[in-house]
Amino acid sequence: MKYSLLNLVRNSFSYHENWQEAWSSPELKKEYDIIIVGGGGHGLGTAYYLAKEFGLKNIAVLEKGWIGGGNTGRNTTIIRSNYLWDESAALYNHAVNLWEGLSSELNYNVMFSQRGLFHLAHTVHDMQEITRRGYSNHLNGIDAEILDKEQVLKKIPYINGDGRYPIMGALLQRRGGTARHDAVAWGYARAAENLGVDIIQNCEVKGINITNGTVTGLETTRGSVKAKKVGLVPAGHSSVLANMAGFHLPINSVPLQALVSEPIKPILDCVIMSNAVHVYVSQSDKGEIVVGAGSDAYNSYSQRGSFDMIEHIMGPLVELFPIFSRLKMLRQWGGIVDVTPDRSPIIGKTPVENLFINCGWGTGGFKATPGSAHTFAETVATGEPSKMAAPFSIDRHYSGALVDEAAAAAVAH
Amino acid sequence: MFNRNRLISGGSIDRNKPINFKFNGQTFKGYEGDTLASALLANDVHLIGRSFKYHRPRGILTSGSEEPNALVQLNKESRTEPNARATEIELYEGLEASSQNCWPSVKYDIGALNNLFSRILPAGFYYKTFMWPPSAWMFYEYFIRRAAGLGEAPKEKNPDRYEQKFFYCDVMVVGAGVTGLTAALAAARSGANVLIVDEKPEMGGYLLSSKAKINNMDAKEWIKETLSELNSLSNVTVLNRTTATGYYDYNYITALQKVTNHIENSNSKLPRERFWRIRSKEVILAQGAFERPLVFSGNDRPGIMMASAAQVFISQYGVLPGNSITLFTNNDHAYTVAVEAISKGAKVVVIDLRSNVSNEITKLCEQNKIETYNSHAVTSTHGSKKVNAITLQELSNDKQSFVGDAVTINTDLLLMSGGWNPAVQLFSQSRGKLKYDDQISSFIPDVLVDNQYVIGTNNGNFNLKQSLIDSLNAGISAAKETGNKKDIEEFISEASEPQEFTTSEVVPYVLGSKPVTHGSKHFIDFQNDVTASDIFLAQREGYISVEHTKRYTTTGMATDQGKTSNVNALAIMSHIQKKPVGEVGHTTFRPPYVPQTFGAMAGRNVDQFFDPQRLTAVHQWHKDNGAVFEDVGQWKRPYFYPKNKENMKDAVNRECLAARNSVGILDASTLGKIDIQGPDAAKFLNLIYTNAWSKLEIGACRYGLMCNEHGMVFDDGVTTRIGENHYHMTTTSGGAARVMSWLEEFLQTEWLDMKVYCTSVTEQWTVLSICGPKSRELLASLTDENIDNTNLPYMRMRPIKVCGIEARVFRISFTGELSFEINVPARYGKFVWDKVMEAGKQYKITPYGTETMHVLRAEKGFIIVGQDTDGSATPSDLNMDWIVSKKKEDFLGKRSFVRSDTARENRKHLVGLLVNDKKTVLPEGSHIVDEANKKPPMKMSGHITSSYHSPTLGYPIAMAMLKNGKNRHGEIVLIPLMNGKVIEATVTDSVFYDKEGARQND
Amino acid sequence: MFVIKCPYCGERDQTEFSCHGESHIARPENPNEVNDKEWGEYLFFRSNPKGIHYERWTHDHGCRQWFNVKRHTVTDKIIQTYTMGESKPEDNNV
Repeated sequence: MKYSLLNLVRNSFSYHENWQEAWSSPELKKEYDIIIVGGGGHGLGTAYYLAKEFGLKNIAVLEKGWIGGGNTGRNTTIIRSNYLWDESAALYNHAVNLWEGLSSELNYNVMFSQRGLFHLAHTVHDMQEITRRGYSNHLNGIDAEILDKEQVLKKIPYINGDGRYPIMGALLQRRGGTARHDAVAWGYARAAENLGVDIIQNCEVKGINITNGTVTGLETTRGSVKAKKVGLVPAGHSSVLANMAGFHLPINSVPLQALVSEPIKPILDCVIMSNAVHVYVSQSDKGEIVVGAGSDAYNSYSQRGSFDMIEHIMGPLVELFPIFSRLKMLRQWGGIVDVTPDRSPIIGKTPVENLFINCGWGTGGFKATPGSAHTFAETVATGEPSKMAAPFSIDRHYSGALVDEAAAAAVAH
Repeated sequence: MFNRNRLISGGSIDRNKPINFKFNGQTFKGYEGDTLASALLANDVHLIGRSFKYHRPRGILTSGSEEPNALVQLNKESRTEPNARATEIELYEGLEASSQNCWPSVKYDIGALNNLFSRILPAGFYYKTFMWPPSAWMFYEYFIRRAAGLGEAPKEKNPDRYEQKFFYCDVMVVGAGVTGLTAALAAARSGANVLIVDEKPEMGGYLLSSKAKINNMDAKEWIKETLSELNSLSNVTVLNRTTATGYYDYNYITALQKVTNHIENSNSKLPRERFWRIRSKEVILAQGAFERPLVFSGNDRPGIMMASAAQVFISQYGVLPGNSITLFTNNDHAYTVAVEAISKGAKVVVIDLRSNVSNEITKLCEQNKIETYNSHAVTSTHGSKKVNAITLQELSNDKQSFVGDAVTINTDLLLMSGGWNPAVQLFSQSRGKLKYDDQISSFIPDVLVDNQYVIGTNNGNFNLKQSLIDSLNAGISAAKETGNKKDIEEFISEASEPQEFTTSEVVPYVLGSKPVTHGSKHFIDFQNDVTASDIFLAQREGYISVEHTKRYTTTGMATDQGKTSNVNALAIMSHIQKKPVGEVGHTTFRPPYVPQTFGAMAGRNVDQFFDPQRLTAVHQWHKDNGAVFEDVGQWKRPYFYPKNKENMKDAVNRECLAARNSVGILDASTLGKIDIQGPDAAKFLNLIYTNAWSKLEIGACRYGLMCNEHGMVFDDGVTTRIGENHYHMTTTSGGAARVMSWLEEFLQTEWLDMKVYCTSVTEQWTVLSICGPKSRELLASLTDENIDNTNLPYMRMRPIKVCGIEARVFRISFTGELSFEINVPARYGKFVWDKVMEAGKQYKITPYGTETMHVLRAEKGFIIVGQDTDGSATPSDLNMDWIVSKKKEDFLGKRSFVRSDTARENRKHLVGLLVNDKKTVLPEGSHIVDEANKKPPMKMSGHITSSYHSPTLGYPIAMAMLKNGKNRHGEIVLIPLMNGKVIEATVTDSVFYDKEGARQND
Repeated sequence: MFVIKCPYCGERDQTEFSCHGESHIARPENPNEVNDKEWGEYLFFRSNPKGIHYERWTHDHGCRQWFNVKRHTVTDKIIQTYTMGESKPEDNNV
């Protein structure tokens, strides 16, 4: 049943008892043409685009827990595409273009809210960095405005422009903003299932069957399954899956944390990022102040980090927004992010034939969801890296052709 | 009418100390010891606020920190606090509070229209709509955002202060109810260092409100005695008003202590709150349990309250919140409240879901003249701003239908009790594993983490005597684990409560007059307005897992984090899925236990203490002489020194020309400096730098580039050989710490056999850099030594006395001028600076800042690592092949140069750019394109890294990284600006001035 | 928030330390002799196990020494700490 206001009203007469399942819980079949491992936004989206754009049938998404339960449901929901390097900009901007039509396309409101994203600059060096990125974005066709201090203070009420590191300016991407994270997984799942994709939850992959260097199927907690092609999209467990297939990745899995305040009436209408003061903040539609904390430097699969990462962002947050001092933290949580040396993802082939991987999004995966899913679907469908995916191969770590967003901009995601 | 619900006696309030306060603008009276909730109830105010989604009127549900409904906006202006729980706010003179989430008033709230439309606003309705037209979400969102949120943030800076404290102890006890007190006393008597915390102002927990007996004393007396002993012991710290909020690995516990925020006009020297960071060897959790609401139709009206809360209001605050009371229960324990209320003069009717109650209860009801309806359900409630009547009906034996007619009775207070849920939130945060217990129909601790105990009702044990004996043993055992083994007497002999909680008869929801899914308001999460029908809807639509149901319906996500709602939601899911609750699972409990103030976590790390400022020894002089400062890392560096209201451009021009034509002086003290010693120092430098260091003579200086192992330049600087095995390394100001750890990393982890010792000496030296044609004359006037070109040639260092102070003078140049870097111990820095300035007067010595330094070095084509490089440039990309040794077998980064991409010919190379119009100063960061289209996108081939007007040359100069730039000198390239203008520039060599280096060398 | 036993200073709070990734990854004896693939593996590829992990930490706000930690990446429990020169302990104490 189509989701619409009309149907909502109609269904209210039957007390909403006639809504169907958004997605069902089918049994795992014996064989699929394509299996996507990982039921987050990227994995579900991949299955959706495989079915929709490449007309493929007989696809399954295997999720070890419940869909959207990994980083999709644990991030601070920021979306932007103002990356420095052409390769990243193309990929992330492809995502933003898709975000703009995603609610309509999926018939599921993902609440993409383009409320504008400010990267604050506090030093001369920051200004050089945002100017460089702003020009690069502009010439790549990505919206970018370089603002001076006065413009920033006018646009962001209550911000402290004269702290220890006074605000000098900002890079504004108006098309940036936030979305409702859970809705992305659920919307893709519902749309994918409508196209015939099997979504299998509580199905953990325990082994990858490989014959003569080619993947043939998977061992799971729900039994064996054959597959002609397998796409791994297991953020937080990329190395674990790669190890099953017999190869290593240039990845470390580390805890990343975030927190929200109690809900309050609207006070912050845009997304703020500051490297010098280490703040990453927005306000959700529910009214919670959503704050991203840093990632710990140690490897962990426990979905919890050290408390000092939370504490360390409190000084900066209150420094930048003194009016937040009396607000209260409602909830803090952690996720596992797979970090690559250049902070860019890995999308493409693996040493195993017909086994593909999409991972290493580090702290920046959510914003890329539709773009990543779309380009990975093309890669899996055609068997060759898509044009957009090509620069993000594993091989760049041998050739040295890194897409070094980390070194270039030192920008947190 | 004031305090019409106040009892004449009883409770912990002080009736001799009345307190005036305001709620929604109206003045009321309460007493010292009241909470805002108890004082409002005393004044018969039940309507406190409006709910989140449907804006339904809400009152006071509980008496503690689990309160979901009674949230208020506390205080005004800069001291205002949103979402404060009325049940926890201690009353003080002048307190002002108001209702939230309502307009124009809590009584007449426009937002309540939502309630009328609630039928089309089920869980997750927003996922299904607001999608048309596709671009209109921002429009809808504007209104949704305004409807959401609860209270308001202050609009001014917080005038209050917060402090933080580290604390270490042997045994920490969380919760000072009778079990916590017992454990703490046992541990303390055994000799352990004990910390006991409790969130309430008055310690003692729920039994403060009971008729329980311990060791044949009234519980209250026993609590008093125990507390007084604990307070008297030097090895015990007792903290009231202190909530343990987070339980992290290795028994790391955070706690928030209210210090003055419950006190009138807190302009005291004390902080508002103190944030405790506690590391305890052993932790004993004794947090008790929360009473569970019953899920029935209309269970959310003001005047509907937890039975235990009424018990607390009566016993502790002397407030009888209603006179004609109905108690709706499924267990024995709640009868205590009925008895208590009757003893205070109320009329009580009990509606019990159970068909059979024990003889003991029947007798109790007879004795106390309590009217009872067994096997009955409350099917609906009535009253618009407060409950005034309820309808009840008898249930069939299987509880699936009704028998008999519905009866409506008047009541002014409906109490409910659905059993008890142990407060397992902190336990679960600690990674403890839970299991479902059928006896109490709730989750209890199952697998504990290391060095942890859970006792009493917190552990699901509702038998008082057994709980106290367990607590005693836990205290002794925890102390023993920490080496405190004093033998102690078993000080618990007897304990009992009038009605103990053993079990309850649980129904997932109570049948109402309408089917539960047919628009019936069976609330589960009161604050977020989640009803039983929402859970049904979520399950029906496939949001089956607990996390999906939670996120789809938002149950348990309100500011109380589901303390009253979680178990009820799970029971309904279990009912729908036809699975035991234990198999349905539970969501993750996340810190903090109760919302925790941002400001307290920030502590003193704000304002002037936000980040340290690093200042050079000459800083005050710069300030006195009008310098504008630039932040470079934590350093404050003079950016330029405007004179007579000069603008930056004029000041920099003046400073540049002074340095080129006479003498300029720069405070270069921030430069990173590392003292390197040891027999293997040269060998070490050979591996660290790209060039060769073996043959450097003593006293000679050499410029070096450092690459990381990826072959990318990451720092540079001049290193000087001071002695046989002694070097002085300089680094960039921002990179000093990074380089230091880089050196240590290789010495400590890779080349363990090397004898090299590195010491950071950045702060130890003040560095005055004088440059310009007159700099030698000036220095000569300050020293007795011969410093001519033979005795102190370019790239040499001499230890000489300057102004009578032992100094190291380096003849190195970052400006291309004749230049001396005078290093003196920092304690003489200011003295020497003053002397140099004085002696320099005759040369019109001009202090210059970082901007002038940047212009001067750019004229010479010297790079700045971090500005002209970005972590993706090799030495060869920077045209610095000359500094990369071809002979050395190995150095850090070398191997990476020959990888296919790194060895590629057409990488980006450093070039110079001269704009063809000789006027435009290109923006640093603008990009070079091969073809300028009318509109983006345009293919980029490089970017401007440095760009200035050169006062020396009289026209702008720029440096850029340009694709294949080495082979493109002489080409014309295009730089499109943001405003659409396209600037033409010619690619050149990056050295613009004095290419032969005559000025610096002579 | 771990308690880490620095081999030189004893038990201290985690906030005094920082972590620097996997340990026991030796720099190739002669980098010129390894091929691009081997060099890339050395630079970037890590085992990143879900289980026992050997890693390097420094006691920044203390003795500034580097040392090794053997830790479980699911429970985050530290099993052992040992100095840089010591050989890798066995994987037995899970």
